[in-house]
Amino acid sequence: MNIFSSGLLPTWDGVSRLLRPGDILVLGLSLVALVLAWRAAGTDGDGVVVKQGGQVYAQASLRLNRVIEVPGPLGTTRVEIRDGRVRVLSDPGPRQLCVRQGWLDPGESALCLPNRVSVHRGVVAYDSLNY
Amino acid sequence: MTASTTELAVQAEDRRIAWLAAAAVGLGLAEAALPSPIPGLKPGLANIVTLLVLMRYGWRIAVWVTLLRVVATALLLGSFLTPAFVLSLAGALAALATLGVCSRLTALGLGPVGLSLLAAFAHVGMQLMVVDLWLMPGISLLALAPLFLTAAWVTGFANGLIVARLLSVGPLASAPAQASAGGLRPS
Repeated sequence: MNIFSSGLLPTWDGVSRLLRPGDILVLGLSLVALVLAWRAAGTDGDGVVVKQGGQVYAQASLRLNRVIEVPGPLGTTRVEIRDGRVRVLSDPGPRQLCVRQGWLDPGESALCLPNRVSVHRGVVAYDSLNY
Repeated sequence: MTASTTELAVQAEDRRIAWLAAAAVGLGLAEAALPSPIPGLKPGLANIVTLLVLMRYGWRIAVWVTLLRVVATALLLGSFLTPAFVLSLAGALAALATLGVCSRLTALGLGPVGLSLLAAFAHVGMQLMVVDLWLMPGISLLALAPLFLTAAWVTGFANGLIVARLLSVGPLASAPAQASAGGLRPS
């Protein structure tokens, strides 16, 4: 007698006999909810990279609300992270292009060229020392 | 000996609760010895006992057995009153509350597997909330939720199948609701 005929392994018939209609409903609905949860979480892994003069000034997660103040040659550029979104809150530049860009989409960047600040919304790879 | 008003008579029900809680503690300890890839990711084998007791002896006994199991396992593992104990207790209470509500829905075709899944989700959901609000406030655990909920789906499904199987063929299969705990004793 091998393990396949021993009756120890679950079979499709055996499992389905243990299920009641409500069980199958719960199994199916929760599976759908899980797929949706995974897809929703996939966009949640985004992060923000703020650069000043070409150097990385700050890396941040979108999951923590905060305002990052970046000093530049003209003054302070303020980058706001709120509710999983990011935007340039204020900038000392004359034309305010990066401020008027508003909330950034994933993969989008805002450049405040006069103050040499760039904000990129993308995936940030964390390491355990900096997180 | 003269019977006094403070004497505690051990009822058959007390013995049954003790036996079942001991079985749950045994499973909990065995599980603590299993290696886990992620802290907190466990099969939840002791919940098999909770669900069996619920199906066979009712919700009140299930609450007793589960709370005794949580406290006794924590004492044996040395985690009593630590955050791990609080998480364990919070998860167990959420699962018990869910079972208390959902076990009334058996008329709608909900069996052990569905109950096990719902209890597992309640367990993990409450633990994530406690971590989010109390242990690590400010850091949203949303990104980890799908991982833990998927684990809850798998373990809840497996534990539910085990319970359904034990209810159909085990020593508990023929025991009526008010039977003594004799079926579980190593006689």
